[in-house]
Amino acid sequence: MKVQFTDVSMRFGAMEVLQHVTIGVEEGEFLCIVGPSGCGKSTLLNIAGGFLAPAAGSVTIDGEPVTAPDRRRIFVFQERGVFPWLTVEGNIGFGLFDMPEEARRQRVAQYIQLVGLDGFEKAYPRELSGGMKQRVEVARALAVNPDVLFLDEPFGALDSITRLQMRSELLRIWRAERKTVLFVTHDIDESVQLADRVVVMSARPGRIRRVVDIDIAHPRDLSSKRYIELRDLIFGEIGLAHQV
Amino acid sequence: MKPSIQHSTFNIEHSTLRFVLPVITAAIILAIWAIAVKLSGTKIFPSPVAVAKAILTLSEKSLLWRYIGDSLTRVFAGYLAAIVAGIPIGFLMGWHAPLARAINPLIQMLRPISPLAWMPLAVIWFGVSNAAPIFLIFLASLFPIIVAAMNGVRNVPPMYLQAGRNFGLSTRQLMIRVVAPAVLPRIMVGLRLAFGIAWVVLVAAEMIAVDSGLGYLIIDARNAGKRYDLVVAGMLMIGVIGLLLDTGIRRVEEWISE
Repeated sequence: MKVQFTDVSMRFGAMEVLQHVTIGVEEGEFLCIVGPSGCGKSTLLNIAGGFLAPAAGSVTIDGEPVTAPDRRRIFVFQERGVFPWLTVEGNIGFGLFDMPEEARRQRVAQYIQLVGLDGFEKAYPRELSGGMKQRVEVARALAVNPDVLFLDEPFGALDSITRLQMRSELLRIWRAERKTVLFVTHDIDESVQLADRVVVMSARPGRIRRVVDIDIAHPRDLSSKRYIELRDLIFGEIGLAHQV
Repeated sequence: MKPSIQHSTFNIEHSTLRFVLPVITAAIILAIWAIAVKLSGTKIFPSPVAVAKAILTLSEKSLLWRYIGDSLTRVFAGYLAAIVAGIPIGFLMGWHAPLARAINPLIQMLRPISPLAWMPLAVIWFGVSNAAPIFLIFLASLFPIIVAAMNGVRNVPPMYLQAGRNFGLSTRQLMIRVVAPAVLPRIMVGLRLAFGIAWVVLVAAEMIAVDSGLGYLIIDARNAGKRYDLVVAGMLMIGVIGLLLDTGIRRVEEWISE
């Protein structure tokens, strides 16, 4: 197992946030974590990222316990995490400060191309759309060549069209780079479109209700019978009849 | 319903208006001033023409330039000292919450004391010299700078810090590469406010503690011969220079936030 959560529990003061979460993530797997808001899914990601210590249990990556943030696994926020005082280039090269100038330039150029921001090298974040800023953040994370990416509702602030585009972009990048991805979302459709497996969490205190294998090959047909079956299964698991 | 403003028609003439409107205002005020002096037949209050003449005479005698130079030297000495001391103190207080809890009440207690209230002490400590007004300007600008730096550091979005840590920055690197650029715009606002206060305090300090500078010019013109044309001339110079300096700092601020 690349990432192993073992009996992880968490509380903030008197509030229990996570209870006995145990799950393993395989190398190169795309794992989505869905659940109602406040169910502790972001907390779980923060624990795996080394930003929070669990109240009980442990997280190991490659068998080593996680105790602090590490450049080998990068956390991607909503696009608000890009540094407004740096250009696109500056942001993407941010984590490469110990690299020789020339290698750094090449690496930055490579990732600018990968996320399709050619021509915007010198632009500042305020000149970019939400989707472009999100690309900058993904590229900044990938540029340091991490083996795990943690994405915390990365597309939550984007409009629905951009969100759909970003999902296929992310899948393309994931296939190219083969990172292990832990992706937190409250959007069930998003999880079924992206993940190899979906972890469905209960309301707070968060426990794992069910782990659903998404056995549909990419590219996924969003109107196929299997897609709708799996989506409804997860909706049902969360306790939502999806009727408006 | 809100009245809708036709921005487009405004914008066409925007740049001309920006220049023309204040000039019109100034012309109206000058006219009212001149007429009021004429109608009231006052012998004490100077007319605009008398003030203009006073400024000309002063500038010919090079006294004005020396006074302006002295005032600027003092204000910048005190202000720069406050920047050098205030920004690191504010950073430390913003970064270490316990330190802020320990020092902040003291700062909040000292802050409402007008810097001018320190004047008697400043004169005892420094005598009638440049050091006294510089000290007062230092005090006047120190607290707003500390508070701006502290609040700036406190309000750096946690995501930026988390990202910085994630990429393996040490605390020192985090300060230089993340915290400093993140707080710069806010600190610039604090610096501009502090300078405004410093300039106001300077003039008052020069009226008491020294024998040169624009503040001294005003008090001396009155004491030495009831030269109210010089008094008003001095006031105008203070206003104009203050405006120019504020515009300069604003430019730097805009340039930094670009």
